[in-house]
Amino acid sequence: MSKAQDALLDPLFNNNPIALQILGICSALAVTNKLSTALTMTIAVTLVTGFSNASISAIRNHIPNSIRIIVQMTIIATLVIIIDQMLKAFAYEMSKALSVYVGLIITNCIVMGRAEAYAMKNPVYESFMDGIGNGLGYGLVLLAVGFVRELFGSGKLFGLTILSPVNDGGWYVTNGLMLLAPSAFFLIGFIIWGLRTWKPELQE
Amino acid sequence: MAHYFTIFFNSVFIDNIALTFFLGMCTFIAVSKKVDTAMMLGAAVIAVEFITVPVNNLLYTFLLKKGALAWAGYPDLDLSFLGLICYIGVIAAIVQILEMALDKYLPALYNALGIFLPLITVNCAILGAVLFMVERDYNVVESTVYGVGVGCGFALAIMLLAGIREKLTYSDVPKGVRGVGITFIIVGLMAMSFKAFSGLSF
Repeated sequence: MSKAQDALLDPLFNNNPIALQILGICSALAVTNKLSTALTMTIAVTLVTGFSNASISAIRNHIPNSIRIIVQMTIIATLVIIIDQMLKAFAYEMSKALSVYVGLIITNCIVMGRAEAYAMKNPVYESFMDGIGNGLGYGLVLLAVGFVRELFGSGKLFGLTILSPVNDGGWYVTNGLMLLAPSAFFLIGFIIWGLRTWKPELQE
Repeated sequence: MAHYFTIFFNSVFIDNIALTFFLGMCTFIAVSKKVDTAMMLGAAVIAVEFITVPVNNLLYTFLLKKGALAWAGYPDLDLSFLGLICYIGVIAAIVQILEMALDKYLPALYNALGIFLPLITVNCAILGAVLFMVERDYNVVESTVYGVGVGCGFALAIMLLAGIREKLTYSDVPKGVRGVGITFIIVGLMAMSFKAFSGLSF
């Protein structure tokens, strides 16, 4: 496999940002009570990580070491502002639903972490792929958690009814816990458990 | 007075930044292995929130809000889209200044806090509190109270978690969930118990 391919595929399972590097959990949990918000967040984070990695990598030889954090912050914040404005313009409802969590992509450790650990040392194309890969690895966990929470919490997927809930005259008794904060922690805990049982070399 | 107390109480217990909004999770999980380091981090977070939230509030009211630049002759200007980049800049700068001031005047405290101060710049709990403050339209006093409350809530949560994790060293956890996995499940249980506070109202 070429280096770029590695950079893209490795973060999906072997080095998943959420389950193994424990980065970017902050925003990951709060947006997963519906699949649609989880998907929007995935796309936003993937774009930001990809482009921030690419642009930081492009100027990596010109960034003085002592001010690199603030340079990275500025680039990331600019990209996040662009995403935030796009969402406000074209998907206002979604932007309201995500509330402050779009802005919080700035402090999402995945973006910073990859810029610092990968983009500062590698060429543009590989860095871009690494960013996209990490965004997708993040999205994978987000969508998995979102799937379970929306399906069992409200009997829907992407807002379409799958299990018809009792409130609307169906048979499925919705599990209210799934819509609350704690369930996301349990699900991530179980995902980590599953992943580490499947790949024992990742255990602590 | 009661109004400020409500804001404080809400931000410590009902809307606990770590356990209901999931902010500052990376630090929350990474720095909660020992109670005394957790306490240090908690203190640092309280200090930074106490300064950054009101400062960003002033910045928002007098520079960024729609119509805020009326005093400079631009009554129609709305710069709120520049908010994110300003807030993060202010946070980074204040953390840096705080670090230098502590180094100069309170070297003992500075050494104790060590690496935690710079880490706080990228802690989502700080930026999160600032964004919630903007969203809820607090004034300066309210945002000071809110900042301290959020900081105390974070400190409380991280100390509780560190206490549990210290005890956990002696228990026999299945191999796959050891370390981070079980921590997530514990945090989930803690979040559930904090939900009990949402029944309170003032």
